[in-house]
Amino acid sequence: MNRKIVAFQIGEEEYGLDINNVQSIERIQHITRVPNAPDYVEGVMNLRGNVTPVIDLRKRLKLEHLTHSDDTRVIITKYDEIEFGIIVDQINDVTDIKDGEIEAASSSGLTSEYFAGIAKTGGRLIILLKIEELIKTPES
Amino acid sequence: MDLNDFLELFIEESKEHLQSINEELLKLEEDPENPAIVNEIFRSAHTLKGMAASMGFEDLASLTHEMENVLDLVRNAKLTITSEILDVIFSCVDLIEKMIDSIEQGGDGKEDVTDVVRQLTMIHSPSKSIAPETNPDFQESAATAVEELEIDQYQLSVINEAKKTGNRLFQITVQLDEKCVMKSVRAYMVFQAAEEIGEIIQSHPPVEQIEEENFDFSFTILLLSELDPREIQAQFYHISEITEVIVTERTDEELVPANEPTVTSKSTSVQKQQQHKEDATGGKKKHRSKSIRVDIEKLDHLMNLFSELIIDRGRLEQISRKSEMTELAETVEHMTRISTDLQGLILNMRMVQVEQVFSRFPRMVRDLAKELKKKVQLVVEGEETELDRTVIDEIGDPLVHLLRNALDHGLEETEERVALGKPEEGKVLLKAYHSGNQVFIEVADDGKGINREKVLNKGIERGLVTQNEAETLTDNQIFSLILASGFSTAEKVSDISGRGVGLDVVKTKIESLGGSISIESEPGKGSIFRIQLPLTLSIIFAMLIKTGEETYAIPFSSIVEITKIAKDQVSTLYGHRVIQFREQVVKLIFLKEVFKIPVTETKEQDELFVVIVRKGDKIMGLVVDAVLGQQEVVLKNLGGLLTNLYAISGATILGNGEVALILDTNEFF
Repeated sequence: MNRKIVAFQIGEEEYGLDINNVQSIERIQHITRVPNAPDYVEGVMNLRGNVTPVIDLRKRLKLEHLTHSDDTRVIITKYDEIEFGIIVDQINDVTDIKDGEIEAASSSGLTSEYFAGIAKTGGRLIILLKIEELIKTPES
Repeated sequence: MDLNDFLELFIEESKEHLQSINEELLKLEEDPENPAIVNEIFRSAHTLKGMAASMGFEDLASLTHEMENVLDLVRNAKLTITSEILDVIFSCVDLIEKMIDSIEQGGDGKEDVTDVVRQLTMIHSPSKSIAPETNPDFQESAATAVEELEIDQYQLSVINEAKKTGNRLFQITVQLDEKCVMKSVRAYMVFQAAEEIGEIIQSHPPVEQIEEENFDFSFTILLLSELDPREIQAQFYHISEITEVIVTERTDEELVPANEPTVTSKSTSVQKQQQHKEDATGGKKKHRSKSIRVDIEKLDHLMNLFSELIIDRGRLEQISRKSEMTELAETVEHMTRISTDLQGLILNMRMVQVEQVFSRFPRMVRDLAKELKKKVQLVVEGEETELDRTVIDEIGDPLVHLLRNALDHGLEETEERVALGKPEEGKVLLKAYHSGNQVFIEVADDGKGINREKVLNKGIERGLVTQNEAETLTDNQIFSLILASGFSTAEKVSDISGRGVGLDVVKTKIESLGGSISIESEPGKGSIFRIQLPLTLSIIFAMLIKTGEETYAIPFSSIVEITKIAKDQVSTLYGHRVIQFREQVVKLIFLKEVFKIPVTETKEQDELFVVIVRKGDKIMGLVVDAVLGQQEVVLKNLGGLLTNLYAISGATILGNGEVALILDTNEFF
């Protein structure tokens, strides 16, 4: 069975989200900081009249900070009735992935609670994200 | 058409009928002799039965049918209402309610009805033989029907009266489509439409038969109306599956009373009497305004779309100010006016009368009073007061708690009341009213009042207050202790209340709705629990303030005053920064610090803006950089990802499209 994923760029790496979880892709706009929220929460933005929380994927994956550019996009996702945006450096494309092309993240020694697996397609390596883990508050 | 399309309508209407049966039964309990009330109940029960049967809910239909049989006997004065009979009918209504709930939840509406049915049959079966079915009479007259409906003496007098006020009499024959699945529903719609434009004098075949689908595809009614034939015709053609409507006016000379066959005279004379009595008791005809049911989600969506429009309006205003084009300015100004009206309208649509909640209380109080063996009179005032739909949905349970509390703890035992020289019957007042932008709901009783000392001792014992604090507390503050969690003063724990939960739940709920609750009490005279609620939850008046580069909104309801103070007026006390404000020491909270707002300008300000906010009787000062002004803001929630944020209750979208957070200042205390 084939899956469609939205592939995007964070620095030099390519990541992917299942298209079923993606509602829309937006340009970056004014984001209001939310005091005392977890640090990976960039803030909230006005998405056509709805107040939508936005998380910074770089912060969540503990990558270095990068200032937003013209290519920066917010992927609006929905998981379990929770709607939120994910800031990414750049959107690449929507791509078909065959089941056989997905490798478990653990087999390559790359483990992170956020990774669902690695897709190898057409010479690209795409890290598939587990959306449900992204919004879990870290145990502290 | 699929039957399921009618299911929702059926449920809604059944509930309305049940509610009205409940209400009328309570009235009947007060005034068992009044046939008008029995009639009202009978009508509702009858409609319910018809609807249930046509929707295929056999259990429901048969139960209502038995109930109807009993009511029929009462109606025809063959049975006198006793409290036992009422109890059976009440339990029957409860069962029907259960069935409808089950249907609503997708069930089959089946319940074990045998017990109640047996009780009902016990009541009416001994007299079954002397209660002839009235239907055969009607059938007979139906069979001998002629083109023009006959008008009896009584109807004639009604018609003549009506004519004096400009009404005309029409005979209307409605032909239904032969493919029509639910004839009775269509007919019902015709009747409803007819009642909106006039008064139905007679119908052929009789209403009962029409409801049971016991007719061909056409029926005829006599209608008194002020409209002209064409308008009447138009009214009916709105209803689908109707092929033909013939409206003919009946003129004076035709209105000679027909010689009634002796068989029907009996039944009509009964009706006549009842109708007379109904008129005499001023049986107010339910005023039917044209309305549609709208899903609350659609209204929310409308509100959302509208708030986007408001944001665009804000942008347009800015553009027009910059461009200095008169034409543009005028158009924008006009748009502003219209959108203000529109906003009022949308908010208004969300408003519902508190009657929706209040209407279930008389029945509850009655049952509770019986259980407690107390005599209670519930007085309800201000049912027409309107509140936002979201508040209405939430306010029911807290009120149930307060009423139970009033009955159980507030009112004395009957003997005690008599001994004190008070009326035997305790009085509980449930009252709603508007005041400014707030709605008040009071639950008052004329019972023993709250025992100040007992509450205070208990409060100290439970560690809710210290001995020292106790001395400075006002009466009202002491009474408020009973709203704290883990507090119960009743000596015996009863099933109804007094488990120490309840009242604190009430308080939490009310506060979550943005309201507050206060208590007044006088020993021996009774207590008043007063709930204060915002008129609406979706739009609030707020003060916009700025700190650093960030804008926040503070709800007006929590602001006492806004003041400017010199920096040197701030002193420290126990490590807290405080100011003296109107001879009171007020603790200061710096928004910059609690919210870790990035500081942009290093310039020290000599003056501080302090927003004095309150929670109950306590006040404190919130230090901000600047006050931007007041604005009506649309409340939005932050979504499922961000929950339980410290001191933030939601967000709103400002004129420039940016999101501003709304402060919950209660958390600073």
